[in-house]
Amino acid sequence: MRELTEQKATVLPATFWRHLRRILPPDGLLTKPTQVAVYECDGLPVYRARPLAVALPRTRAEVGLVLALCSRYGVPVVARGAGTGLSGGALPHAHGIVLSLARLNRILAIDPDNRTARLEPGVRNSAVSEAAAPYGLFYAPDPSSQIACTIGGNVAENAGGVHCLKYGLTTHNVLAVRFFTADGVLHEVGGVTGEAPFDLLALLVGSEGLLGVVVEVTVRLVPKPPATVALLAAFRSLAEAAASVSAVIGEGLVPAGLELMDALALSAAQDYTGIPYPPDSQAVVLAEVDGDLATIELDVAHVRRLLLGHGAFAIEEARSEEDRRRLWLGRKSAFPAVGRLAPDYYCMDGTIPRSALVAVLAEIGERSRRYGLPVANVFHAGDGNLHPLILYDAKIPGELERVEELGAEILRLCLAYGGTISGEHGVGVEKLDGMCAQFTAAELATFHALKSAFDPHNLLNPGKAVPTPARCVEPGGMHVHEGRMPFSSLERF
Amino acid sequence: MTHDDTATLASAVRAAYERQTPLEVVGGGTRRHLGRAPDGQPLSLASHSGIVEYEPSGFVVTVRAGTTLHDLDAALSREGQTLMADIPRFSAASTIGGAVAAGFTGPGRPYTGALRDSVLGARVISGTGQVLAFGGKVLKNVAGFDVSRLMVGAFGTLGVILDVSVRVSRCPEDVQVVAFEMSWPEARECLKRWEGDLPLTGAFYHRGVLSVRLAGREARVAAAVRELGGEKGRPEAFTELRDLAFDFFQAPGSLWRLLVPPDSPWDPEETLIDWAGAQRFWVTLALAQEVREKAAQYGGQAVRVWGPDRSEGPWAAPPAATMALLTRVKTALDPRAILNRGRLYRDW
Repeated sequence: MRELTEQKATVLPATFWRHLRRILPPDGLLTKPTQVAVYECDGLPVYRARPLAVALPRTRAEVGLVLALCSRYGVPVVARGAGTGLSGGALPHAHGIVLSLARLNRILAIDPDNRTARLEPGVRNSAVSEAAAPYGLFYAPDPSSQIACTIGGNVAENAGGVHCLKYGLTTHNVLAVRFFTADGVLHEVGGVTGEAPFDLLALLVGSEGLLGVVVEVTVRLVPKPPATVALLAAFRSLAEAAASVSAVIGEGLVPAGLELMDALALSAAQDYTGIPYPPDSQAVVLAEVDGDLATIELDVAHVRRLLLGHGAFAIEEARSEEDRRRLWLGRKSAFPAVGRLAPDYYCMDGTIPRSALVAVLAEIGERSRRYGLPVANVFHAGDGNLHPLILYDAKIPGELERVEELGAEILRLCLAYGGTISGEHGVGVEKLDGMCAQFTAAELATFHALKSAFDPHNLLNPGKAVPTPARCVEPGGMHVHEGRMPFSSLERF
Repeated sequence: MTHDDTATLASAVRAAYERQTPLEVVGGGTRRHLGRAPDGQPLSLASHSGIVEYEPSGFVVTVRAGTTLHDLDAALSREGQTLMADIPRFSAASTIGGAVAAGFTGPGRPYTGALRDSVLGARVISGTGQVLAFGGKVLKNVAGFDVSRLMVGAFGTLGVILDVSVRVSRCPEDVQVVAFEMSWPEARECLKRWEGDLPLTGAFYHRGVLSVRLAGREARVAAAVRELGGEKGRPEAFTELRDLAFDFFQAPGSLWRLLVPPDSPWDPEETLIDWAGAQRFWVTLALAQEVREKAAQYGGQAVRVWGPDRSEGPWAAPPAATMALLTRVKTALDPRAILNRGRLYRDW
């Protein structure tokens, strides 16, 4: 565990606290250590820090006033949704406050005619689709933590999900946002089509709380597809499975989801769910195809041909919701399942060009053998977003360091193939070092200049997402010790 | 023609930064009539051209800004592919860099996405002459602020675009257009019903006729055409709309795009309805203020495309505090306002 050490005691004048209390509702300010402890970390619990206080405003106006006050006193502010992020983006600042947006959780409007929803930032992701369902609509981005994570957090992280291959990421599905800059000034960007003179929406989505505090989000809703078919194809080698994914993509098909699990992940999932995979499966590809009935039949036949042509020896097909759920269960529970194989695992999140899948998986396998550390692969193969899980035991002296070395090698591999250090989990505090490998000093300086344009005094989530030039050391990953993650019952990745 | 002009271009921008003399960034010069008239010496990207990287099986192409869309289309079509976003090709000289800077997307937008949706990465020269790369060539990438998408539609005021990585898709096996005479409210109901059920890739409403483009697998398009009935239409109508090439767009006055909620009432003065109702084209002699108010009345925005008065920019200025924020963003990337000065707003 990496506690952020206190550098110096911060004493804020009593007037600051008096003003803060006056802005917030009676139960809206947490300062007792026992109350504040809950907010010490997010979904990456190896990093912890205790904030001075946690503010829980109920209204947009209160958010603006809190920000203006903190700006006046130079107090750092870390905005927080549900705290399910996986890179420490919501890790508190020891000399600042946490600004929880969880109570701004109203669905302001569902407009079925124009297919939009206007939301406060604390609305849960899955609540949007639930509210839109009576109109035959849904909100497409579906991060695995969707039953808990909030729209505001999704905007901050540019959340993806299994279906973003076809329906896009958060950045493709947000039309407008209202947000405060650090000085407490409200801005509105985007519009009916999202177009604007400068695409500030693009900057804000995925900015990890560094540029502004979002208080209202207008999202696009899409019609539910008339039909969905899921296919599970079993292969005798990982290379064949990866090649089949490249082939499906290479044919120009766009399944709603296209996922891959290797042998280690399969055996873990099978033990965990009790649902057997075809005997001798060394890898499994899950493909979900949706659309109108006529297109689906053509696409399913095409995908089947490609899977069989690349060595699939068994294919299961599911059409009803219940059958599809069963087919997906192993994939959805793969992370807790793998967590039972070893005391610790280290989760990576690189993305590579999809044509490089076979080569990169082979190189990861080779490095895994060289280091003597098992690596399980369960990932969004269709969009090239890898999640290698390195299994280890932190109690063995020196093992963690070797794991980090292997992780760094894997990230360098992703970069060498033209990829990125983070596909969807964000940089947060965890991948700051990797940013140095991906960007030049001039590029990092540009990020800092943009940050200053929004937040000249560096008060919003300071120290996250963009490293200072002084910092560049080694790429990092994510550590999970003895399966201890907050929200451990949530589906992940 | 393939040529990497990065070093020359970067030193030209650096020199302009040092002398504080503005530059007008020019590709094929086919979009110079869009936006306000910029100050500055032309900086041509025409010779910075060619495909940097294209792996057809990855459905991403990285291409230099001065490459003409004509050449890019030819290279992609040899692999049976096409740009995913439906972007204008004003003439054979139009470049990909100009297209990204202008940020326009044609009638395919509601179905195949906006141009900004398919931009994965960009290399740019900042206003100080530095060469910077943002984003990348993979579909999911959350490392760093999304500066490459910020360049789309900024009219070259935030950086000189050197090359871009954009998504491509498979060419449809077949494209058919069918047309129906009906009222706009009827047309809108039909479009809502058909979306997701039919292989729609475009639909516009003009003079009492709804034209619908169906594209994709041959068998699927044929079935859709049978299912829908209607009159057979011209597929070229959709490329003419995409390229803003209809005669009536050239009528006296200014051409405006009104971006409004799709259910906004239809005003017969509007020339054409696109994007399932969200975009209305309007050629009018009315004052800019009136047009902008009309759009605002429905909760939308008016974007000026072209017209005789070059002092009027595409976008109205946002409220003062937000305008100040935009100015700070501009300054972060182009501190001396040398890139396309005045193209979007006066003085920067």
